[in-house]
Amino acid sequence: MQQTPLLEVKNIACERGDHRLFSGLNFTLAPGELMQVQGANGSGKTTLLRTLCGFVQPVQGSVHWCGQDIGEWDDDFHAEMCYLGHLNAIKDELSALENLQMSAGLAGYTVSDQQAVAALRRMGLQRREHLPVRVLSQGQRRRVALARLLIGDAHLWILDEPLTALDVGAVGLMQELIGEHLSNGGMTIFTTHQPLQVSGVQTRQLMLS
Amino acid sequence: MNKLSLFGLLGLVIRRDLLLAMRRRADVLTTLIFFVMVVSLFPLGVGPEPEMLRKMASGVVWVAALLASMLSLPRMFSADHADGTLEQMMLAPQSLSVLVLGKILAHWTLSGLPLALIAPVLGLQFDMSVQALWILVLALLLGTPVLSMIGAVGAALTLGLRGGGVLVSLLVLPLCIPVLIFGAGAVEAVNGGMSAVSNLALLGAFTLFALVFTPFVAAQALRISME
Repeated sequence: MQQTPLLEVKNIACERGDHRLFSGLNFTLAPGELMQVQGANGSGKTTLLRTLCGFVQPVQGSVHWCGQDIGEWDDDFHAEMCYLGHLNAIKDELSALENLQMSAGLAGYTVSDQQAVAALRRMGLQRREHLPVRVLSQGQRRRVALARLLIGDAHLWILDEPLTALDVGAVGLMQELIGEHLSNGGMTIFTTHQPLQVSGVQTRQLMLS
Repeated sequence: MNKLSLFGLLGLVIRRDLLLAMRRRADVLTTLIFFVMVVSLFPLGVGPEPEMLRKMASGVVWVAALLASMLSLPRMFSADHADGTLEQMMLAPQSLSVLVLGKILAHWTLSGLPLALIAPVLGLQFDMSVQALWILVLALLLGTPVLSMIGAVGAALTLGLRGGGVLVSLLVLPLCIPVLIFGAGAVEAVNGGMSAVSNLALLGAFTLFALVFTPFVAAQALRISME
């Protein structure tokens, strides 16, 4: 059964400085769909994802969520999405557990210690929960940031290079998490230079040039 | 998993900033020690004439407080900007102004409140009367929040710029002049045998006015600097 798309990108064009990155871009994303944005370095992948978040205003066209422009949605749209950028948004001084609780709080959720610990364990951070993030490796920091995906009920995941610094095991775990998210009626749009296959789901490709 | 209310989010931001400050205490102590040093240098440099010291006391304390509060301003948003937390704050399902207000309150607790609390000790070096000391503390408590609030706008506007630290002082200090005038004026009035109520009332009015407008303006400035 074909689901009605929730995210619609209508004829958008984006610029960085005076340089036109892409124009006339159209696509839609329906529940259960997975989309990979591809393109060379500097082709505007990150800018596209930031436009979907509302950080960057497109020069032309519009982004709609449930039929309404995301500019008009205001803060309610933010409750429906989860964005994970290049930067991990975690603090060196705080422990993994504190970091997760704070970032969950910023996303509007209160999580108990048990819930947060469970999410961190799922991400493979056993016995690292109370260590300051300062002493963790890059890959482990990325896992702390990714643990945020396990908290909350956002429909739309926007992931910018989620697999950076992750080992094979963690990449497998991410595939599993995205698969679960999609089967629960979620949507994911992501960029990566590594292959990411989610079983049972056809990955849609979007090529920026 | 429960949803966080507006005040829950405000509390979370304040708690988070205070916790971070406790983990790197040096930043907080710098402001306080700078304030103590600057104020203490004046009696040494000007000489031990009680009459003159008493006259200049409130002005010196206020100017030092103004400069001390500038010290920590560039750090207000820059760390969150650098590690991506600011992006997540913008994606919070509540208004960004509320989060900015939380950061302002945390900043004041760490930079304005300690100054007001230690000011009476420093005032003793200037031979200030007990009544003048009380008014000084009261004026600082009413006035320093304005410095944090106007400072937040300046810090947000200069976010990500090179040399932003100096720029923010140039931007914010002129706007803080009214606070300086009425803050120092309150103590002057008491020394002159008059009531300080009008000065304090004006300081309170500034604080309320800034409380209404600055979080919103700073939030808009942050949005611009994120593009």
